[in-house]
Amino acid sequence: MFQQALALTTRDVALARRQGGGLGAAFGFILSVMVLIPLAIGPDQILLSKLAPGLMWLALLLSVLLTADRMFQQDFEDGSLDVMAMAKLPLEIVTLAKVLAHWFTVSLPLAIITPPLGLLMSIDVGQLPILLVSMVIGSLALSLLAAVGGAVTAGLRRGGLLVSLLVLPLYIPVLIFGVAASSANLSPSSSTPALTVLCAITLMSLVISPWACAAALKAYLR
Amino acid sequence: MQQFANPARFLKIANVTLPYIWAITAILFAIGLYGALVITPPDYQQGETVRIMYVHVPAAWLGLFVYCLMGFFSAVAFVYRHPLADAAAKTAAPLGAVFCFLALVTGSFWGKPMWGTWWAWGDARLTSMFILLLFYLGYMAVWSSIDEPTRAAAIARIVALVGVLNVFVVKFSVNWWNSLHQGPSVIKMGGPAIDKSMLWALLTMAVAYTMLFLALHLVSMRSEIAARKLRQARLVEIGNR
Repeated sequence: MFQQALALTTRDVALARRQGGGLGAAFGFILSVMVLIPLAIGPDQILLSKLAPGLMWLALLLSVLLTADRMFQQDFEDGSLDVMAMAKLPLEIVTLAKVLAHWFTVSLPLAIITPPLGLLMSIDVGQLPILLVSMVIGSLALSLLAAVGGAVTAGLRRGGLLVSLLVLPLYIPVLIFGVAASSANLSPSSSTPALTVLCAITLMSLVISPWACAAALKAYLR
Repeated sequence: MQQFANPARFLKIANVTLPYIWAITAILFAIGLYGALVITPPDYQQGETVRIMYVHVPAAWLGLFVYCLMGFFSAVAFVYRHPLADAAAKTAAPLGAVFCFLALVTGSFWGKPMWGTWWAWGDARLTSMFILLLFYLGYMAVWSSIDEPTRAAAIARIVALVGVLNVFVVKFSVNWWNSLHQGPSVIKMGGPAIDKSMLWALLTMAVAYTMLFLALHLVSMRSEIAARKLRQARLVEIGNR
């Protein structure tokens, strides 16, 4: 079972790498947000560095969200999802494998790339490691929750807006605790509580998301 | 529960009880509103503004209660695959969203004289109520964007269940967030110590709101069942053509 799941993950990773588009576009999106923010609120360095963690989390969150509606759609349209559903592997594991592939190819790279961009907003260098840690942990939750939105709208032509309406409220806890962990007053100990809760939220999404995705996909595959 | 699950029997019961429910609703609203607006004393701190509470607090309660009810109906539908439970959850959502919206608007009216601002992000309850409204809107959007009813029902169940699970996490996170950013301009509402002279009117209003919801829910479930029959009749007609 593990081998089958692994095969699925490597397939999706390979597909994402060959096709391109997903990660590159998402990274471009983050970059353009980073340019737009100072243009919108002015070049005040102190204000920017104060807002930086929250705004960077927002940029990460929205760029992951942009890739959500394609997560299952392609496999649903060309019928590979039917084949996967008919295999012995439970659909929950299938979705988990696909989510992990999404995490490897989109959310995790974005979470690693985003913190250094904070330097554009004159963020304190000492704050970067904790921002990186919280974003890496949170990005898994972002992928898992995006998958719920992707699965719910898998069979819809224009699911994009519906995905954002469904997924953004689910992102609120991740956003709150992610920002809290990364904007804690530089000492590692002060960000521990928020970081712990962020881990808890990620683990909880790990339990709920595959089940919800599989149930939604079954409704479409019937 | 199972004996109400037959649509025909449900319709019969609903048709018999609805006039009584409407009557009780009207009477309770008459008593409650008279009590809230005339009999009960103005608050020693908030003055006449406290009367907003009588329409605000029940709306907020119902906003939460209907959401839980929606989750319950969705769970029942998920386990027993009964279309009537789906219809119940579907028709409850717009009503709950309206109660939620009502709570937000009246809370805003109360906030202007009390806090000096229409909206205070510092108040955790306002913020979580707002997010609850978003959950309602998402659920309703699922129903409206999937054409085929059985598929829409299956998807909506999952959205509702995930939503119910998450609403508690969101509530907890917002409370925690609020404890970090507690704004100085926010005055805490009267606290749990509410005087008896006000409590009876508040409770009457709460029951009146609940009865109003029950009546409206029965009416909209009735029309939902009718809409389904109509759809089936049309399909049959097309099939015979």
